[in-house]
Amino acid sequence: MIDAGSLRATGRGRRRLRVNRVAELTAIGAAGVAIAVLAVLVGSVFIRALPALNLDLFIKGPTIDAFGQASGGIAPAIIGSLILVLIAAVISVPIGVLTAIFVSEFASRRVAHQIKLWLDVLNGFPSIVIGIFVYALAIKTKVPLLGIGHHQSAWAGGFALSIIMLPLVSRTTMEVLGLLPNSLREASYALGVSKWRTVIGVVLPSAVGGIVTGTTLAVARAAGETAPLLFTCSYASQAVSWNPSQPVSSLPFTIFTDYEQPSLHAQAWAAAFVLIAFVLVTSLSARALLDRSRRKLGQVQ
Amino acid sequence: MEAAADPVPGLRRTRRALDRLGDRGLFGLTGVAAVLALLVVAAIVWQVVDKAWPAIDHYNVAFLWHNQWNPVPGREVYGARNYIIGTVVTSFGALLIAAPLSIAIGLFLSELAPPAIRGPIGSLVDMLAAVPSVVIGLWGILVLLPILHNDVEPWLHSVLGWTPFFGAPQPAGVFPAMLVLALMATPITSSICRELFVSVPRELEEAAIALGATRWEMVKGVVLPSVRGGVVAGIILGFGRALGEAIAVTQVIGNGVPIHLSIFKPGTTLASQLANQYSSDVSPLFISSLIYLALILLTITFGANLVAQRIVHRFERQRMA
Repeated sequence: MIDAGSLRATGRGRRRLRVNRVAELTAIGAAGVAIAVLAVLVGSVFIRALPALNLDLFIKGPTIDAFGQASGGIAPAIIGSLILVLIAAVISVPIGVLTAIFVSEFASRRVAHQIKLWLDVLNGFPSIVIGIFVYALAIKTKVPLLGIGHHQSAWAGGFALSIIMLPLVSRTTMEVLGLLPNSLREASYALGVSKWRTVIGVVLPSAVGGIVTGTTLAVARAAGETAPLLFTCSYASQAVSWNPSQPVSSLPFTIFTDYEQPSLHAQAWAAAFVLIAFVLVTSLSARALLDRSRRKLGQVQ
Repeated sequence: MEAAADPVPGLRRTRRALDRLGDRGLFGLTGVAAVLALLVVAAIVWQVVDKAWPAIDHYNVAFLWHNQWNPVPGREVYGARNYIIGTVVTSFGALLIAAPLSIAIGLFLSELAPPAIRGPIGSLVDMLAAVPSVVIGLWGILVLLPILHNDVEPWLHSVLGWTPFFGAPQPAGVFPAMLVLALMATPITSSICRELFVSVPRELEEAAIALGATRWEMVKGVVLPSVRGGVVAGIILGFGRALGEAIAVTQVIGNGVPIHLSIFKPGTTLASQLANQYSSDVSPLFISSLIYLALILLTITFGANLVAQRIVHRFERQRMA
């Protein structure tokens, strides 16, 4: 007969179990802290933005009356952010995708490794330094043709954001192209199809999900960046501006300057809400897309 | 099979010529794009060095340990010491908070959590990384600062006030900046940690459990040692993120010099000084000195990232062997 008591850990064994329990609880607690912080962050933005959420917010510009009381909305910032991100995407997506094609289809392993390494390094550059780079390049140097130079503009801001987006677009596309099974390419070659037709007809269509994902993730990141805009496109306008050779307002910059003035806090929270909703929705859907294309490409193999 | 020969004479030749042209064209096009992408990196370094040159020429390396930043015309003196120290101190503080937290989150997601909730909780933690820094800064200044000032800092002061590091509570300071930076570094480091822990072969873990180890002993004896290098790289990448963050830090740090031992006092960092001075244009020397600060920041983050990449690369090769 086994004595039930003898199975219960005693002494050293009990201490080991207790240490294990403490470690487990610490890990659970850490994950809990991270989730709680996210919940509190998103929750407080939502609660504080709620009173300011109405139609005016999206269609009117900010106005401040003689008593310093703010009213109106953040329409110029929303439109400005759209223009900036559009410029950034138009510059960075083609270069990023073509670079990814070069790495996965043409480059030797060593060259591919170097390109990946430097793109990762670029991704690690502080975003404020990228703003300063564009400031030094485009604002201190005149390019009269585009209206670039001498002053800040949406061109300069969009260009700065495109440098933020480039490594993200390129690396995500590379990852998806790398998942593409070689048998697909070889099947195409075996039919006598040339390399460029294979790339256009086989590789790119299969990787389109990855390109969309990479672009979406990069757009989400670029839309929230403030630091590259400080030196290139820092402007709070009261009217909607569509002219990219002039500086435009943007959501992040509005948030960055509005907190200094208590009467503008409601607008800052509203802008934060719009921004955070946009960023979370886009990056969540991008992630879902990436998972899907991973699964799909995994099945082909 | 004579009939299979050229249905349309000359088609094959034109197609072959077209294909050769297309292949070369695509190679050239994509190659140019890749070169452009790499040129951006070079251009950033070149422009920053070039525009910082007047200040480098004027102050030489002494800029690094000069502790004044005085833009008053006629008495202009610029030095980076306070900003360098501020950057290193805030980032290390953030690292001290973020590293254990991230490893614990990584362990939870890879070893403890039931499989069904691993995915959702992992993506929630990743979502933290997607929150724009300016929103974290806004939240930091309007929500976090009052809580810290009224509740957390007085308590820390009463418990640890005998050390010089926890002085009288203040509204904005280095401590909130550390917390905000830790918040931003944690998702990066924890997602790297999770992937590393998951990659540890199951047989090794099961062998440890079969020998009677508790889960913690298995983690301590098998999981952590086998991915140590990768974890260090993940921590450095999070550290690199903290070094370069400008916006959220400048919103909560109080932007004050000189530096104090107490982490509740206002401070400043390289990146926050840059973000703070964006609208000033005092003199060419001032601008050049600002860009010198950017160069120092770039060098530090560049170094940190390169070290991390090296470790990751070596680690991957080891894994494959």
